[in-house]
Amino acid sequence: MSKVVLKLGDDVSTDIIYPGRFMATVLPSETPQYAFADLLDFNARLKQKEIQPLSVIVAGGNFGCGSSREQAASCLKGPEFIVIARDFARIFLQNSINLGLNTIICPDIEAEAGDELEISANQVVNLTQEKSFAITPLPRARQAIIDAGGLIAYTRERLMANK
Amino acid sequence: MGMTVVEKILARATDQPSVKAGDVVEPRVDLAMSHENGALVINQFQEIYQGTGLEAKVWDPDKIALIFDHRVPAEGAKTATNQKKVRTFAGAQGIHKFHDIRGDEGGICHQILPENGYVRPGQVVVGTDSHTTSHGALGAFAFGIGATEMASVWALGRILNVEVPTTIKVNVVGEFQPYVLAKDLILHLIGKISAQGANFKVIEFHGPAIRKLSTSGRLTICNMAVEAGATAGIVPADAETLRYLHEEAGVKEDVEILGPDADAVYDQVIELDASQLAPQIACPHTVDNVKSVQEVAGKVVNQIVIGSCTNGRLDDLQIVARILEGKKVARNVRMLVFPASARIYLQALKAGYLATLMEAGAVVMNSGCGPCLGVHQGALADGDVALATTNRNFKGRMGNPAAEVYLCSPAVAAASALTGKITDPRKGA
Repeated sequence: MSKVVLKLGDDVSTDIIYPGRFMATVLPSETPQYAFADLLDFNARLKQKEIQPLSVIVAGGNFGCGSSREQAASCLKGPEFIVIARDFARIFLQNSINLGLNTIICPDIEAEAGDELEISANQVVNLTQEKSFAITPLPRARQAIIDAGGLIAYTRERLMANK
Repeated sequence: MGMTVVEKILARATDQPSVKAGDVVEPRVDLAMSHENGALVINQFQEIYQGTGLEAKVWDPDKIALIFDHRVPAEGAKTATNQKKVRTFAGAQGIHKFHDIRGDEGGICHQILPENGYVRPGQVVVGTDSHTTSHGALGAFAFGIGATEMASVWALGRILNVEVPTTIKVNVVGEFQPYVLAKDLILHLIGKISAQGANFKVIEFHGPAIRKLSTSGRLTICNMAVEAGATAGIVPADAETLRYLHEEAGVKEDVEILGPDADAVYDQVIELDASQLAPQIACPHTVDNVKSVQEVAGKVVNQIVIGSCTNGRLDDLQIVARILEGKKVARNVRMLVFPASARIYLQALKAGYLATLMEAGAVVMNSGCGPCLGVHQGALADGDVALATTNRNFKGRMGNPAAEVYLCSPAVAAASALTGKITDPRKGA
C-alpha cells in the first residue's frame, strides 16, 4: 500500500521538479535535497525525512515537460518516489526508465493527497475512493531497459556482447 | 508505402531499406553534443565501464561535441569544477569539437553546431539538451536525451531502443507581414496544438513560407518544436540549407539532401497562413498560453532579454538595432542582450548593431544562455515581469518563482523596450 503525498496538475515542468538554479549539482546522491525546491512545504518535509519511501506523486498530463536535465529524475529516484501520471513528457520518461525511477502511466487516475493506493502490474486501486484505474504498459523496448536494471547495466551488457 | 524524412534518416542509420513509425531501431549517431552537463555524462560513462576490464574510451571522438554555454564564465566554484572536468576529459579523449569559454569561437551549443558545419542534412544528432531539436533546421533528425543515455551513446555509438516516431506535417503558406517573424509562427503553432500536442512525434515543416525562411528562422522554429512536446522538428533540406552550409558554415564538400516521399504517411496535417499572423506572446507560466500582442499590449515590463538559442542570431540583433536606433530604452526597463555565439557577437560589433544597442541603454553580455534558465546572469526580483526572446516561461524559469516571464519575437521585445510596456512593433514602426 502506498500513500499519495503530492497531487499536481498538467504540464509540470522540470523547472518545477528541479529548478535550473541547482543544475550545477549533478550527483544523484545530492540532487534529492532540491526536489520541488519551490514547493517550500513539500521540500521541507522531504528534507526532514518525513516522507516514506514508495510514497506516490500523482500528476496530470505531460509530467516532466521541458528540460532534459536528468536531475529531475534522479532527485525523485533517491527518495524512492513512485510517480503516477496521465502521461509523461518523452525525455523525462526516458530518463526515469534509464535511472530506474518508477513511473506509471495511468490515463484516468483520480487521487488526492492522503489517498491510499494499491498498485499492481496492470492497475492502480484507490482504496480511499474505492475506484480502480488501468495502467498503460510501457513499450516493450523500454521495458527491456528496466528489466536489465537500468540503462547503465543494459549498455554494459551490450558492450560486453560486442567485445 | 512512402517514408517521412525522419523515417528515411533512421532507415539509413540502421542499414535498412525502410522503417516505419512504431518500429524499434538502434540508429548510428552522427553527432553527440553536451554542454556543462557533460560532467554528469562523464560520471555515467565511467560507471558503464566499471568491472568490465575495458578501457573507458568514447566510440568516436570526432562525433562528440562539448560546448560550454549554460554558465559562462562560471558563476561559482561548483560550475568551474564541472567545466574543468569536461575540459580535461575532452583533452584526454581527443575530442576536438570542444568549445571552451572564448571570445573567438565560444557560444551557445545550438548556434555553435550549425555555424561550424558540424550538423548536416540526414544526420542523427543527439544532445543532452532539450533544445537539440534546433538542428532539424538543417534537415537532421535531432533530439534531446538525458545524461545517462548520452553516456550509452559515447560507449556504443548508437542510441538504443528508439521507437520511430510518427510525424505531424505542418504546411505554411502566405507571406509574413512586416515585423512578424519565425518566432511568431512557432508560438502560434504551440498555442494551437498545446504544450503536449506533439508529444513523442516529429513536426515536419513544409510550404512556401518555410522555403523562404532563412536558416536562422528555421532554427527558431525547430528549436521550439520541443515546447509542443515534439521529439524533433525538421525542415527538409533545400537550396537555402546548402547556401547556409557553404556560405556561412564553411562546408567545402558536397552535401546530400534528403526529402520525404510524396506518399509519406503523416499522423496529422496542419495548414497555416503566415500572412494572417500577428505578433504573438506566450504568457506566464506555460509556453502554450499564447495570445496576440494586442491582447496583452500595455503590460508593464521590468526586464527585456534578447538572445538564447531561439533568437540570438545576427538577423535578430539587426531588427532590434533597427528598432532601437537613435532611441532610448525606457527608464523602468533593464535590457540585456546575449548574442548566440562569439562569431555573431563579432559580426554584430562590426555591423554597428552593438553600439546602437548600447547607446540606447541595453547591456550587451557575452554569448551564452544567460538568464534563460535562471542559473546565471539577470535573475528577476519578486513581482518582476520579464519579456524575453527565449523559449520557456515556466514558473521559476528565470530564477524566481515569484516573477513572470512572457515570450516574444525580437521585434516585439525591441518595441517594448522603448515604451517599457508590451508593445506591438507594427504601430509606429
